[in-house]
Amino acid sequence: MNMKNRIAQHIAVLPKSGIRDFFELVNTMGNDVISLGIGEPDFVTPWHIRESAIFAMEKGHTSYTSNLGLLSMRKEVCKYVEKNYKVRYNPVNECIITVGVSEALDLIFRAITTPGDEIIYHEPCYVSYSPEIKMAHGVPVAVVTKEKNKFALDPKDFEKAVTPKTKAILLNFPCNPTGASLTPEDVREIARIAIKHDLIVITDEIYSELTYDAKHVSIASMPGMKQRTIFLHGFSKAYAMTGFRMGYACGPADLIDAMMKIHQYSMLCASILAQEAAIEALRNGRPEMERMKTEYCRRRNMIVKRLNQIGLKCVMPKGAFYVFPNISSSGLSSKEFATRLLQEEKVAVVPGTAFGECGEGYVRCAYATSFEDIEEAMRRIEKFMKKIK
Amino acid sequence: MKKDIIRILRENARLSDKAIAARLGKKEKLVSDTIKSLEKDGTIKGYQAIIDESVLPELAVKAIIQVKVRPEREGGFDKIAKRLCKFPEVSSLSLMSGGYDLGLEVDGKTLQEVATFVSSKLAPIDGIISTETHFLLKKYKVSGKTMENDETFERLKVSP
Ligand SMILES: Cc1ncc(COP(=O)(O)O)c(C=O)c1O
Repeated sequence: MNMKNRIAQHIAVLPKSGIRDFFELVNTMGNDVISLGIGEPDFVTPWHIRESAIFAMEKGHTSYTSNLGLLSMRKEVCKYVEKNYKVRYNPVNECIITVGVSEALDLIFRAITTPGDEIIYHEPCYVSYSPEIKMAHGVPVAVVTKEKNKFALDPKDFEKAVTPKTKAILLNFPCNPTGASLTPEDVREIARIAIKHDLIVITDEIYSELTYDAKHVSIASMPGMKQRTIFLHGFSKAYAMTGFRMGYACGPADLIDAMMKIHQYSMLCASILAQEAAIEALRNGRPEMERMKTEYCRRRNMIVKRLNQIGLKCVMPKGAFYVFPNISSSGLSSKEFATRLLQEEKVAVVPGTAFGECGEGYVRCAYATSFEDIEEAMRRIEKFMKKIK
Repeated sequence: MKKDIIRILRENARLSDKAIAARLGKKEKLVSDTIKSLEKDGTIKGYQAIIDESVLPELAVKAIIQVKVRPEREGGFDKIAKRLCKFPEVSSLSLMSGGYDLGLEVDGKTLQEVATFVSSKLAPIDGIISTETHFLLKKYKVSGKTMENDETFERLKVSP
């Protein structure tokens, strides 16, 4: 039986993530590869958080939870969001606990997309956005963010992309892979445009705690925005909890209710063990998180300085743990650069094209790796650049 | 910045001034001057490796000794504590709250050597009311480092 032609058409045409190809290549190399390709913290989850998951098991908390997630967790989430993002949500009907931000993204796209609806997002961006929108039968509309604008979304470019079919705009600041953030003025202007065209705003703020110089501003906190914004957040990055698969969405009750319907039938609920660990992170995780953030900030300052010295121009990222240097001075394409750097100097970086076509001419370097390894990687990249010139 | 340097050195005292400067984004000269002044004013007392002490015969046997003392009218516990510090056998000494006054850690080659130190050097000192010796059987964690090597766990080499 030929299964190939039985795959759903909209799935068959989806490309595999460019990261996946590169991952296979890196895995064929030896162990002395220094990887700047890893999009997750190099820290293990702080012990007090791991310990509370163990304790939950010991207590026999191994059941399902309410579809929306433990009410005690939703209360902590809403408290945390109000304190740090200045938006107040009702834990009873304006908050849902999900299996990572990944699931929250899937839920909101499926909840709002009628086939043919357009969803605007900015590129270069996280690899899942466009495929997820397509899987929900939506039409992804990419707006390019530019290096000369420090990879922030230009509100004018956003407005140009709006059509009568536009349903929503998806924002991700601080941004994976560019580390870009928005100024409060940009946030205000984007909010104004969203209101003018009556759009839903989906904001993936998974990196928001990792904002280094200025203070992070959530678009959900702008006047008139709470009722049209779905705020997505999780524990993977700031609390080094990727393996727990914990995220959440806060937003208008009707949207949460629609997301809950899908979640109820497809996921039932998120793991109770992970939820209990997440409660501990929300209550007592800040000091450890600040320590990790200080370390990321030091690495960022060093890697940006070194890359610029080497001749790979890069803007100072304002958040997350990525830098997105311009590699055009090498004369190579992103893919050639990444492949040759890996084969000749054993440093893994991700070609910018994995994050959208407009990522050509760039690579992503993650600094969620030890200071020493980043220093060594910079020495190797320097050698590589001298050689190819 | 002083505190940042102290934190870094406390984690890894072998980092060069240059490496510390790179971490903090400061000039190397500024870092080395700061460290010198911290050494001079006594904030930094010295540099030691955290080792598995059982590899050295002179550190093979360790005891925690709980000492009760009679405080003196002037100087309280300090005078006797300072005197006890002079013994090279004593590797650490603290004033404690609770059931005893001074907690000592004493090193030696053999049980006999430590026992002799307690009975012939420590106990007879004027002002010491009693001693209670606890021999240490195994150390699991020292200065924040666990003694047994943890298994390493590898993340995926590339992830989104
Ligand atoms: C921008 C962005 N959103 C969402 C995710 C997924 O996170 P989670 O682990 O919460 O599913 C990632 C992970 O890399 C990300 O970079």
